[in-house]
Amino acid sequence: MIHDALIAPFTEFEFMRRALAAAIALSLGGAPIGVFLMLRRMSLVGDAMAHAILPGAAIGFLLSGLNLFAMTTGGLIAGFAVAILAGVVARSTGLKEDASLATFYLVSLALGVTIVSIKGTNIDLLHVLFGNILAMDDPTLLVIASNATITLLVLAVIYRPLVIESVDPVFLRTVSRAGAPSHLLFLALVVINLVNGFQALGTLLAVGLMILPAGIARFWSRDITGMICIAVASAIVSGYAGLVLSFQTKVPSGPAIILVAAVIYVGSVLFGSVGGLFRQLFPGRHLEA
Amino acid sequence: MGYRVGLDAMSMSAQIGFRDVTLGYDRHPAVHHLNGEVATGALLAVVGPNGAGKSTLFRGVVGILKPLSGGIEIGGLDHRDIAYLPQTVDIDRSFPISVYDFVGTGLWRATGFFGGMGKLAREKIAHALAAVGLNGFENRAIGTLSGGQMQRMLFARVLLQDARLIVLDEPFNAIDAKTSADLLDLVRHWHAEQRTVLAALHDMELVRANFPETLLLARGEVAWGDTAEVLTAENLLEARRMCEAFDDSAAACAVDDAPSRAA
Repeated sequence: MIHDALIAPFTEFEFMRRALAAAIALSLGGAPIGVFLMLRRMSLVGDAMAHAILPGAAIGFLLSGLNLFAMTTGGLIAGFAVAILAGVVARSTGLKEDASLATFYLVSLALGVTIVSIKGTNIDLLHVLFGNILAMDDPTLLVIASNATITLLVLAVIYRPLVIESVDPVFLRTVSRAGAPSHLLFLALVVINLVNGFQALGTLLAVGLMILPAGIARFWSRDITGMICIAVASAIVSGYAGLVLSFQTKVPSGPAIILVAAVIYVGSVLFGSVGGLFRQLFPGRHLEA
Repeated sequence: MGYRVGLDAMSMSAQIGFRDVTLGYDRHPAVHHLNGEVATGALLAVVGPNGAGKSTLFRGVVGILKPLSGGIEIGGLDHRDIAYLPQTVDIDRSFPISVYDFVGTGLWRATGFFGGMGKLAREKIAHALAAVGLNGFENRAIGTLSGGQMQRMLFARVLLQDARLIVLDEPFNAIDAKTSADLLDLVRHWHAEQRTVLAALHDMELVRANFPETLLLARGEVAWGDTAEVLTAENLLEARRMCEAFDDSAAACAVDDAPSRAA
């Protein structure tokens, strides 16, 4: 019975196995990025970027239909363009990064929806907006896995400057010139992972598998290594449970994954060991010292 | 005055040379036509009223702020080899990092992106934490530190940077007597090691007792030399007067080659 519900879908159906593999790859790459987005107070920047990649993906769609390679390339170009333009504007003028991003992404989103509706049908628009993790072919799966690998490698290289810049930006500026390049590389990683999630979860939810696990992790760990591990683990659990839920109930897969993550998130807010509500209400007797 | 030189080559023993330097924001000078040299191994207090340009001057020295005109020489040092402790530290105290890791970032110039923290590095960190009296705080998150402990931690990081030139912007503000006495011991120790130390300060008693050389700044130089000769009532009054005379709608500066205080 339990086997039928939890394991059989994956042993019996190849598309479920592919979907699970995609979810795990997305979790490995996206969750650490999400932790840094959260710690750098850029959670909403991730959301903004998710919209910014839409026109590029839409142009890819316009040129070659529902071809994931074309859409990925277009999304990467658009995402990089917006990320770098916004980063450059923020660093060379007094305008804060969030403000310049907001401008760029709104323009992008408007452009993207316009382009999709010029050629496509409402079904196409739905696919672009919500993705379909149950329709993973080999090339798509490979793209997702390679992007996750690239993410982890690059993140390892820029880990120290990223951490130092998040804690004490002036210090990093005085001892190193790595700050700006690391930041831009990090934005690039954000884009890569969004495009990655975009194929599985769609533009609107791609950022969910990055940000929700990060939020969950904040309630269970006080140090950044622990946070990253917990974030990855909870992303994988959400991916798996979401797929099972979707298989058994016909809830669309993308939203199912995010909803499972949301349930874990609510549980963490209530019962988390670091600053959870329950813990705050019943903190126990204060210590000796 | 012995500390002033002309625009010729910097003397061999100088760590910092101000060459008619003007620093400021949006063309408004905050430090106006400053000339002079800081000898290697000097322990220099920079004093002056709020808005005198002390922080601006330091930002110029460490290379965060480009001069509007003139230049600052730092004796062949790379800007990245200066240890700089800004006045308002822009630290995200909610960031989940331990005191140990935070202080360890002071070794950045040695370790870079990937360098491992070997036994030697760990010993250095332990030594630095002991020197500022933070033993036992290694695993505490930085957000749990008090103001004084925070300042001790920042000094530990400066210690690890092992810099020839150390720039401290109001390091003893809002710090209790015990903490500032401890940290002042470190400053004296750096001086004994022939490091050049610049510190912006407000406590005149502390300056008189510990700093042999003082620059009294009020946008331009009011006086620069032996602390006792600089910190006279007359000079301090002059400094206050000069800072009040700030004109927001000033025309472009006509004094280009003349020294800062011709009068």
